[in-house]
Amino acid sequence: MAKTITNYFDELRGTRVWRSIFRSGTGSSTLHRALAIQQNVFLHLFSTKVRTRMLSFSTTWYLGTLTFGTFLILVGTGIPLMFYYHPSVPQAYADTKDLQFVVSSGLFLRNLHRWSAHAMVFLVFAHMFKVFYRGAYRTPREFNWVIGVILLLITLFLSYTGYLLPWDQLAFWAITVGSNIASAVPGMGNKIHFLMLGGNMVNANALLRFYVLHCMILPLVAILFVGVHFWRIRKDGGLYAHQSEPGTVAAQAVPAAVKGVNS
Amino acid sequence: MPEQKKITPVEPGKEFDRRAFFVKMGLGSLSIAAVGTAAFSYQFLSPNVLYEPSPIVNAGKPENYAVDSVTLDVNSGIYLIRAQEGFFSLSAVCTHLGCMTAWKPELGIIACPCHGSKFYVFEDHKIPGAKIEGPAPRPLPWLEVSLSDEGDLMVDRSKQIEPMTFKKV
Repeated sequence: MAKTITNYFDELRGTRVWRSIFRSGTGSSTLHRALAIQQNVFLHLFSTKVRTRMLSFSTTWYLGTLTFGTFLILVGTGIPLMFYYHPSVPQAYADTKDLQFVVSSGLFLRNLHRWSAHAMVFLVFAHMFKVFYRGAYRTPREFNWVIGVILLLITLFLSYTGYLLPWDQLAFWAITVGSNIASAVPGMGNKIHFLMLGGNMVNANALLRFYVLHCMILPLVAILFVGVHFWRIRKDGGLYAHQSEPGTVAAQAVPAAVKGVNS
Repeated sequence: MPEQKKITPVEPGKEFDRRAFFVKMGLGSLSIAAVGTAAFSYQFLSPNVLYEPSPIVNAGKPENYAVDSVTLDVNSGIYLIRAQEGFFSLSAVCTHLGCMTAWKPELGIIACPCHGSKFYVFEDHKIPGAKIEGPAPRPLPWLEVSLSDEGDLMVDRSKQIEPMTFKKV
């Protein structure tokens, strides 16, 4: 009998090297498939077992996953862009132009970064609306909603800090206007403005601060909260599907039992 | 019968023993360290020396400016205006959200491109810099104008003065 791809894969999974890297062994039993999830450092954040209808498109429209996908694209394109970009006043604008017209694939990477950034902001909002209108934020998932709001703010700050980096007229005036909005905070507005820009005007310090925030601080904080966000899905009882909620199940069970007695 | 020591009973949960003492010491030190870290971080993030341009701008000789002329210096963000009464300088930075305003000679007003604020310049019974319309919360401030020893007009962007104080040359 000819070997199927599955046979080859099972053979590979049985080798000593594979077993030394991945802790789950061969086999397609329920236990083995559960172990493959539970014993993996990345996948163990998720539930080992989910109902098929929770993974159907209509349940979530995959908006959370798509948002995470755009985030991965942004990290994947942002790091290569950093190799050619100097966050300094004389070089920033020229580097941006070089990325567009001189660097091989630079235009592709920059445009992918830009469009993914727009898509991520859109998807975060769409994800929030979907969760809101399905009522998936309710007990016991309130805290995961709060983490989601934090992630929304991080997304907007990432978007805002990235806006300054091309150092063109649009960037300069957008950040001038945006930072002046921050200085409208009662009492400490001017202090916030000064700390944010590292000075009184959008200049070299502001560019460097926004760069560090955009490339280091905000992405790291985002990864941290995304981790907690995913982990809480499992801890709060999996993805929300109305038919599977304990309350709905109990409510549906009672009339059925009564009906059964009468017939 | 041996004499028993009298121990005053302490209400449960209110004992102050060695453990409680060390817990309080530990938490106290951590709080002090946290406040110190916050204070030092704030100081670290506030630059002590700024390499920003000087607030004082040299606007050149007075005779370069015609009477009833408005001159915008985009780099320093000021208007130097020569009215019948003398020289004065307005900040060109919009008081709304900090955009650079522009002089509209055909309309005789100053207008902001960002959100549409408009300001008077030469209008009878109106203070130059006062708002005509738009979201700007304050009029454009008047800046101090002086003459240097060489006879150049100097504008100090860090010093706002009372409106209608003209510099006569």
